[in-house]
Amino acid sequence: MIPWDLIVIQTVNGIVTGMILALVASGLTLIFGIMDVVNFAHGELFMLGAYMGVIVLAATGNFWLALVLSVLIVALLGAALQIVTLRPLLGRDPLMTILVTFGISLVLQNYALWQFGPVARKIQEPFSGRFQLFYLEYPYYRLLIAALSAAIIGGFWLFLKYGKFGIWIRATTQDRLMAQAMGIPVPLVLTVSFAIGAGMAAASGVLFGPLVGVNHIMGLDWVLKAFIVVVVGGMGNLGGSVLAAIFISLLEAYASIWVSPAQAVIASFIVLILTLLFRPTGLFVPTPK
Amino acid sequence: MSFDGTSVQPLVQVEDIHTYYGKSHILHGVSLHVGAGEVVGLLGRNGVGKSTTLKTIMGLVHPSEGKVLLAGQPVTNLPAHKLARLGIGYVPEDRRIFRLLTVAENLRTGLDRTGVTEARRQELLDKVFAYFPVLAERRNQAGGTLSGGEQQMLAIARAMMLEPKIILLDEPTEGLMPRMVSQIRQIIDVLHSEGVAILLVEQNVPLTLAASQRVYIMEKGAVRHHAVAAELKVDDPVIHQYLGV
Amino acid sequence: MSKRDRTIYWTGFGVVLALLILAPFMLPEFWKRFLTEILIWGLLAMSSDVLIGYTGMVSFGHSAFFGLGMYGAAAAILIVSPPQLVLAVIFGLVAAAAVSVFVAYFSTRLREIYFAITTLIFSQIFYVIIFTWTELTGGENGLTFKRPELGIPGLWSTPFTTETLHWFVLAVVTASYLILRRITQSPFGMVLQSIRENEARTRAIGYPVERYKIVAVMLSGLFAGLAGVLYAVQNRFVAPDFVFFLVSGEAVIFNLMGGIGTLVGPILGAGAFLLLREVFSRLLTEHYLIPVGIIFIAMVIFLPQGMLGFMRRWLNR
Repeated sequence: MIPWDLIVIQTVNGIVTGMILALVASGLTLIFGIMDVVNFAHGELFMLGAYMGVIVLAATGNFWLALVLSVLIVALLGAALQIVTLRPLLGRDPLMTILVTFGISLVLQNYALWQFGPVARKIQEPFSGRFQLFYLEYPYYRLLIAALSAAIIGGFWLFLKYGKFGIWIRATTQDRLMAQAMGIPVPLVLTVSFAIGAGMAAASGVLFGPLVGVNHIMGLDWVLKAFIVVVVGGMGNLGGSVLAAIFISLLEAYASIWVSPAQAVIASFIVLILTLLFRPTGLFVPTPK
Repeated sequence: MSFDGTSVQPLVQVEDIHTYYGKSHILHGVSLHVGAGEVVGLLGRNGVGKSTTLKTIMGLVHPSEGKVLLAGQPVTNLPAHKLARLGIGYVPEDRRIFRLLTVAENLRTGLDRTGVTEARRQELLDKVFAYFPVLAERRNQAGGTLSGGEQQMLAIARAMMLEPKIILLDEPTEGLMPRMVSQIRQIIDVLHSEGVAILLVEQNVPLTLAASQRVYIMEKGAVRHHAVAAELKVDDPVIHQYLGV
Repeated sequence: MSKRDRTIYWTGFGVVLALLILAPFMLPEFWKRFLTEILIWGLLAMSSDVLIGYTGMVSFGHSAFFGLGMYGAAAAILIVSPPQLVLAVIFGLVAAAAVSVFVAYFSTRLREIYFAITTLIFSQIFYVIIFTWTELTGGENGLTFKRPELGIPGLWSTPFTTETLHWFVLAVVTASYLILRRITQSPFGMVLQSIRENEARTRAIGYPVERYKIVAVMLSGLFAGLAGVLYAVQNRFVAPDFVFFLVSGEAVIFNLMGGIGTLVGPILGAGAFLLLREVFSRLLTEHYLIPVGIIFIAMVIFLPQGMLGFMRRWLNR
């Protein structure tokens, strides 16, 4: 007896979560692709984005303002972090960047705990309103999340393809030395890229906030999944990350029909292991000759 | 001081450069200069430090001792992107075009500078497409799909987009067919006629002697010989000594 | 090492060892146990150093080895009655070894960053399994049990006291240190270091790099598991928290703070970190990780050789 209604519901849920995950992973893969940094603090940028959203929303009552301001604040924070902690490490053992971002994630997590306490906060949805999806009353807001995430990613893709700075980012990602030799201000490009990645994480945090409680450890789950997505999608590959994010979220959503959500995450682990075994450069990336 | 006795400030001056890669001492006190508009050759066997010298001038590698001067100003520790904007163009060995960017996007990386009007951009593009019609044909193709010779042309064209005062060419004819080699020679002549200085690192001795006004010969990380190109023959014992042909 | 260096080294070693043996007579109860904990975490960090410091592979998988060693010991203690120390050690080591084979097989072919991420994910896989398989592992709440007695089965046994437990842990950790030191200075260890310096060249010379890496991971996993066994015996309690990847992260922090690639540095690093944590948590309650984290970040940027590296340079002047 196939539960078709559940499958449709979970498909919708999977796509919604998948788009948020895609947004988080895009930032992560951008940062990795351009400066070879595994940003362990990415989940905390997501979390701080959500908290900024809480604060601005409480102060102004406007969700959209909260979204925009949160992105700006966290992007600036990201730029500052990159300048202070990552720029000095350029050219050194990449192992050090892993350690530094890990240290940053610990500090940010505990800072949030200190400032906001252990009790989860709530972000109010910008509008309520549900439609009938089988026996569920499905919130329109969730569909909005998916659409907005897609729009942000799409906008980012266009920026990469046509914008002047976008070309600078692509050139620096491919060959940092020659980008410099062409007059591209590489240190600035690296800082801005990190800021963009941070901003994307923050946007995800604010958008996702109304679905769950905002607390200091919400980033941990996401950074883990984002890493899986980035590896499965191909490091530095934007399109691959998006596809991988949706694929993995759908798998987990379907799995939770039959097992508990805590166990459903094993689905993504299995995908990772299979990818590493058979297509280590990425599931959706053609194997290089 | 140039060879005809007049003292003109050279465009690029390298004084007693020592460069290391990790613990390896690659350049042992290299000194040379290139005058404005001059074509200067840099010859030597593989591994003597010719490419490292170019990279040091370009700021991609920083010397531990010594100075690099551009139009008399010390630029020794400036980052490469500032030097590119000050007028140094660089065409590395193995070309290193941006493989995933289209031909047009590759060229654009050199055009996206402050102070370049839309009209000037179009002028520069038109000029370079006139010299390299094959690039015009392939302008929307990814750089990685071009043949070796086409990539070399793109690498040179890309550097030209910077409107540089000097172009550092690292073995431009390596691996090219004879027809393309003569095309490279033509480009060097054209650039020279436009007043662009060139520092040409090459293994192709006849080409270098024909295209340059002066040549330096390096061995083991230092300059060992300096001559006016016209006075050096291909079968000169000096050539034989340092290049072992 | 020259003769003179060797004498200095072994004298220093002897002095430190003597101090650690005498410590229980001089310290109050809390600090006695604190010192023992430093030794256990130090062992974990030391095992991680084999990978980071000698082979050049950052691993976040240590929490898996540590945790499985812990749970293996717990299993032995709970299943066999009365609980036997030797069995606990054996079960723990076997569990850790099994996990390390598994992790080694999948991850060693991967480049550094992929390896780090994959080991992290493996830690999480085990975390999720242990967390959700409540019937077997006690789930979120973990397991509690009695402490086995020190002794040889069948011959003699006596319950541990704080002092004897400390000496037992000290003996195990010292033995581990000596073994690991021997191994890292052997030809095998030299190959590991050459892999860290330049993997491509090592492979080009003809060494089967993957096999060396697999052995390194297993070696590392065994000693991490041993640390887990010691922890279980000391605290009579295991929980999934110890399998969470953050624990591996802490081991890496101890490594860096003490000095990567020195084997003894990580123990120093563990001591420094735990001390800092004590100090800061008395001053600032639970948020000690903020200042300690900042100190750590500063060390990565300014003092990447850790305290030992700093002392070494300072002594060489």
